[in-house]
Amino acid sequence: MEATARPAAPSRVTQLIRLVRSAPLTAKFGMLVTLAYAFVALFAPLIAPYGEVEVVSRVPFDGWSAEHLLGTDQLGRDFLSRLIFGARNSISIALVTTIISFTIGCLLGMFAALVGGFVDQVLSRIVDALMSVPDLIFILMILSILGGSIVNLILIIAILTSTRFYRISRAAALNVASLDFVEAAKVRGEGSLWIAVNEIFPNILPLLLSELGMRFCFIFLNIAALSFLGVGIQPPTAEWGSMVRDNAALINMGDITPLIPAAAIALLAVAVNFVVDWMLNRASGLTEEG
Amino acid sequence: MASPVIEINDLRIDAKANDEWSAIVRGVTLAIHPGEVLGLVGESGAGKSTIGLAALGYLRPGARVSGGTVRLQGQDLFAIPEDERRRFRGTKVAYVAQSAQAAFNPAHRLMDQIVMVAVDRGGLTRAEAEARAVALFTALKLPDPAQFGSRFPHQVSGGQLQRAMVAMAMICNPALIVFDEPTTALDVTTQVEVLISIRNVIRDFGVAAIYITHDLAVVAQIAHRVAVLRHGVVVEEAPIAQIMDAPQHPYTKTLWAVHEMPVDTSATHLQKGAPLLTISRLSARYKQFEVLQDINLQIGRGETVALVGESGSGKSTLGRVIVGLKEPSGGSLTYDGEPLPPLVSRRSLGTIRRVQIIYQSADTALNPRHTVRKILGRPLALYHGLRGARREARIQELLRMVELDPTHADRLPGQLSGGQKQRVAIARALAADPELIICDEITSALDKVVQAEVLRMLLELQARLGVSYLFITHDIEVVRAVADRVVVMQSGRIVEQGAKAEVFAPPHQPYTETLLASVPDMAVGWLDRIIAERAA
Repeated sequence: MEATARPAAPSRVTQLIRLVRSAPLTAKFGMLVTLAYAFVALFAPLIAPYGEVEVVSRVPFDGWSAEHLLGTDQLGRDFLSRLIFGARNSISIALVTTIISFTIGCLLGMFAALVGGFVDQVLSRIVDALMSVPDLIFILMILSILGGSIVNLILIIAILTSTRFYRISRAAALNVASLDFVEAAKVRGEGSLWIAVNEIFPNILPLLLSELGMRFCFIFLNIAALSFLGVGIQPPTAEWGSMVRDNAALINMGDITPLIPAAAIALLAVAVNFVVDWMLNRASGLTEEG
Repeated sequence: MASPVIEINDLRIDAKANDEWSAIVRGVTLAIHPGEVLGLVGESGAGKSTIGLAALGYLRPGARVSGGTVRLQGQDLFAIPEDERRRFRGTKVAYVAQSAQAAFNPAHRLMDQIVMVAVDRGGLTRAEAEARAVALFTALKLPDPAQFGSRFPHQVSGGQLQRAMVAMAMICNPALIVFDEPTTALDVTTQVEVLISIRNVIRDFGVAAIYITHDLAVVAQIAHRVAVLRHGVVVEEAPIAQIMDAPQHPYTKTLWAVHEMPVDTSATHLQKGAPLLTISRLSARYKQFEVLQDINLQIGRGETVALVGESGSGKSTLGRVIVGLKEPSGGSLTYDGEPLPPLVSRRSLGTIRRVQIIYQSADTALNPRHTVRKILGRPLALYHGLRGARREARIQELLRMVELDPTHADRLPGQLSGGQKQRVAIARALAADPELIICDEITSALDKVVQAEVLRMLLELQARLGVSYLFITHDIEVVRAVADRVVVMQSGRIVEQGAKAEVFAPPHQPYTETLLASVPDMAVGWLDRIIAERAA
């Protein structure tokens, strides 16, 4: 019985490679695109031909040329470089915002489901109240009161988005919280936080993942929209939403350059959702795995 | 002899698992004649339900017929397309599922659901179908037959709902009914009622039936012939009297032997010294409803106390009060001489460790996303602060204690069988090194062979570790096999308690009498005797 000879388990790296190979084409495409975005964002200063705020041409709205591949913007800055630096700002801000809102929303949602009663009622009504105000108007209002710094922007969007995570995690956790293994954990003397993170969270993760992918895209669009409206990320920081706005005049002249940042946003949204869909299929197909 | 209602000839069914087809029914040949009841017996996973569903021309998703035929009144069911097969279901062949609670739609009235097939496909008008349903309710001895159909599923008891499902199956006067463990989920006392109804209806209407069960005592009351199934093969088929008295196949013999579980008659470990747990004058209520009243009970060290009663008698609530999930409304709990705080949140980790609970359904009691290693590792870290190699060694030791292979540590619960899952749940309780384990119907979801093994293992562990058990159960056979003392509960009160020999020896309390009399004997004709006694 002792020292049962077991074949060495494949290392995590091999497992990961095998996993990626088994992914469907859409997921592979999504991963490739997401990786490319991440690469560009990380190494922006090395890739971009010019600096982020560097005025390189005296000609604003210059056309595409060998020197300036995508032309220049309204101040004569290199459009391609702005696009590359924009990836850095837009993605990192959206990512941080998503993580914060996911953490707050899920923890509170599971906590409310576990504790129930008065606490649940209070939290849920606060969330209802927050959700009843149209997002964009609410954000505009808060930002105009507190000022449009990046920290304020991230926090306000994170809190508003966390209401969505709260609702979905609370509803899903309610179903799981009535199962015997949660009761068994209570009888074992575990605290609410431990139960939420270890017993409930893994079981509602598939549902939350799908929401996570979608919310990441919405946050991205929200930030872009706010920048477009002029209250989001302030100049001279490059940001895709504001780049569309600043160069919108070009569209009238039949130039598609301002649409490139918009297309970049759309492509990332599609790619992220392809990956999330695949993760979702895998996570919910738990029992079929060998 | 008339031609058979259904003829299953060399039927082979494959199921798909991990992208590979494996045979789950391997060449089964059966024939049932009008008015005949065939008992289909075997452990879970033997292919009983698969064959039962195949008789309806139905396959579970991920299954396929790889050979053989199923002929219903001469019509080969798997030679015609699915939508033609559907016309037979409910009209010529009907199905009664194990859990009527799950089979009825909670949002519709019973009558609407019962007459649906008859109106849709049976060619009856709504009024005719309803009249027939009421006649069936009467035949099935349901209360207030004329009004019964206007209730919703949650407004009737489990036994009544199961009979309503029989009525639904009978509504089109089918030639064949497949009963799939129709009484397994019921209490013994309710089971007798439902069995009597089913038996009478089958006899009065002359319908042929396949009766699937793992309970041999039940099949002895209902079936004319029995087919014993193992790994998708019929190992023995014989008339009921013959197979009960003289089973031929070795596997049939083990099934029969398991049923007569070894009764532990050795000197019972009656309490020595101070009791471990003392419950005095305890009561508990949900809202206004008193679920426990004046409970006085003691459990000694190394002793097994069995708590018996029907569902709703409050026995599980008592278990929940002891582990601190339900706050009592009066009375006291004393553990090892110290008062026990009523709620688990007010108990120290050291106290919590000493009393563990094991649940009925290991499916829901184990987190499906945790490996066995994580499930067992948590109490070790929490109560004993074990880490790393020492924890791993203890996990391996626990797995050996519950007779599982050490390699099972890497599995998820979904990759284990029902019996293995319950063993993991037992190991998790043992990981705390408890002094008292509350076993809440832990064997009722397991089939007899596995059940006997688990009980034997628990008794061996008790002898080795000196742990006390509180066995909450409705299964009198389990009580006979394991208990030192027996406590009988009815509607929240203890009606009788004492050493096993005393409680089981006459004279009985009236309720204990009913409970004992409701347990089917492993003998043909037991039900007839009960019916005769009731008629007298």
